[in-house]
Amino acid sequence: MADHNNLSRKAAVILGGASAVARYLALEFAKDGYDLVLADFDRDENERIAADIRTRTGRRCVPMFFDALAFDTHEGFVRECESVLGQAPEGVVLCFGFMPEQLAAQADFSLARRSIDTNFTGAVSILERYAAIFEARRHGFIAAISSVAGDRGRKANYLYGAAKGGLTRYLEGLRNRLHAAKVAVITIKPGFMDTKMTYGMPLPAPLVATPPQAARVMYAAIRKRKNNVHVLWFWRFIMIIIRHIPEWQFKKMSV
Amino acid sequence: MGEPHKTMQLSGWGRMRPEPCRTYRPERLRDCAPVFSDPTPDTLIARGYGRSYGDAAVNAAGVVDMTRLNRMRSFDPVSGILECESGVSLEEIIDAFLPNGFFLPVTPGTKFVTVGGAIANDVHGKNHHCDGTFSRFVRELELLTASSEVLLCSPESNADIFWATVGGIGLTGCILSAKIQLMRVPSAYISVDYHRCANLDAALAAMEERDGAYPYSVAWVDCLAEGNTLGRSVLMHGRHAEPKDLDRRQADRPYAVQTAHKLPVPFNFPGFFLNSWSVQAFNNWFYNKHPDLEHVIVDYDRFFYPLDSILQWNRMYGKRGFVQYQATMPLEHAAGLTKLLEALSASKRASFLAVLKRFGEQGPGLLSYPFKGYTLALDIPNHGDITQFLRDLDRMVLDHGGRLYLAKDACMSRQSFEAAYPRLSEFRAIKERLDPKGRFSSSMARRLGLTVQKEAEHG
Repeated sequence: MADHNNLSRKAAVILGGASAVARYLALEFAKDGYDLVLADFDRDENERIAADIRTRTGRRCVPMFFDALAFDTHEGFVRECESVLGQAPEGVVLCFGFMPEQLAAQADFSLARRSIDTNFTGAVSILERYAAIFEARRHGFIAAISSVAGDRGRKANYLYGAAKGGLTRYLEGLRNRLHAAKVAVITIKPGFMDTKMTYGMPLPAPLVATPPQAARVMYAAIRKRKNNVHVLWFWRFIMIIIRHIPEWQFKKMSV
Repeated sequence: MGEPHKTMQLSGWGRMRPEPCRTYRPERLRDCAPVFSDPTPDTLIARGYGRSYGDAAVNAAGVVDMTRLNRMRSFDPVSGILECESGVSLEEIIDAFLPNGFFLPVTPGTKFVTVGGAIANDVHGKNHHCDGTFSRFVRELELLTASSEVLLCSPESNADIFWATVGGIGLTGCILSAKIQLMRVPSAYISVDYHRCANLDAALAAMEERDGAYPYSVAWVDCLAEGNTLGRSVLMHGRHAEPKDLDRRQADRPYAVQTAHKLPVPFNFPGFFLNSWSVQAFNNWFYNKHPDLEHVIVDYDRFFYPLDSILQWNRMYGKRGFVQYQATMPLEHAAGLTKLLEALSASKRASFLAVLKRFGEQGPGLLSYPFKGYTLALDIPNHGDITQFLRDLDRMVLDHGGRLYLAKDACMSRQSFEAAYPRLSEFRAIKERLDPKGRFSSSMARRLGLTVQKEAEHG
């Protein structure tokens, strides 16, 4: 219910806005005075979350339908967002993703493909469009939730990890390209989060972040225009170790 | 299999008798129906942040953690009505609306409770003598019943179910959402008047005389004082501070309070940490720290939620936990309070926190706790033969026409409960009608015979 009415209002687009962490990330943006477009495939939940953000903060928060897999709709989506917000957003945050069950995806290529199409191709399709706008304007940020699973291929989830690994490499290249245009590209690797996906899994509590906790860290990192972010500092060290295990050894391991 | 779940050791806030409970945690409103219609658990109970002290939200067969259902739906600044899912906490409501000048019209002593829990226990606050319980400000609620229907209940429609659900400790169904009335306040501060009373009689007399002039009233009681000083107290009377009462820094931003840094209690303290000497030392310090002062400006957090700044303070009582005992006795039987305090003082069972308050009129909730009288709430560490000690206290309370609070209780017998809640049969009739198979149940419900008769017979 803040009432600062700047001439150039701050605005951001959250893609995959109905996930638990996206919701709290959107809330951080709204509390900081941003108007938002919340875009998700799940219309019903997306509307509930947009209403929640409006009610808690008094900011504008517009729910919009977005399908990461419908690549040919992405151009239209970008234009519609602009007309809804009355301007191009300052930045975009990509929170959508799809994690298939590894064994099921090995047996059924359509699941493997959906993982690659959502986590990688869909991300590239939408982010390239924003990259072009922000680069021309020489201002903005692109943040995306990738995964520690993309840092090294493992038998437990490589059909997810490979797609996220592709996303991480893509963001690296994009960061390199947009640096000259002063556009920040932030790669977020959350590690375990306490969500429906992990509920009931026997995970060590210090490695698991709650969605609001993760969102606060992510928001601070976006504000500081960091390059790579782990939600919990511990993960940085775990991944350094995992990345440095020699391949002849790693291929024998079950991690 | 069925819905995702995990087995967790759950107890009430008093941490006595934890049970391994099959726990579900729906993330979205639409995940609720599949959980509640999952046939694997025989019985289910909704749970919020687990601040009920006893076994009200403990159920080995199935517990549904509602804390992820915390979406706010709308707020109308003209009427002050907030509609939200039941897992929204009071803290979230304060954070969102106090900056705009709205506060909870009734709040218990912790803000870490859900709206659903506040309704299911029909909680009260320091303003009960003026404003009644939480349910007075609930305009409507959505109840998911055992037959998987969603009923809209309010004092106007499905009123019988509404009044069974408020204070009904989750046994009529699962509260999915509610519309609650918030209240405009002039600032985030309370202007407090402190008044020391040398003993219980002085405290009761002072409450009777002064309560009418203040919306908030509560007394802290030294439970270890004996003889002439039995029940010596510090009375705290408060009202919302107007901008003119505030200093310049506060008046510039009357709704902005820097909430206290939260101090965690990272592990169980040894059982002897709170003993009669350490508590006596604290009590002496507290009594002497509060001479009679008027118009002391205190922020809302320190006034309403002094213990919230110590996260997991229940660990201070050690691994065996404690019982929170809250008894209310009618005004004409205030002598029962003296007996209670004498028993406590004589047993040297240190109560770190004892709180005395004069309740106003009883509300229409069938199992709603407060009625016109004096209520005394104390912590009793779980040492020695606590069951027998509590039975003795229970008898004293019953003999003086009093009763215990379900949100606090962990040990009361079914007989004591039945004797003290005169509208129980009305509640049972509604429970039987809404939930004939006893789908909604808890350890407390079975202990007190609150679930359907069939189960009670072989339970």
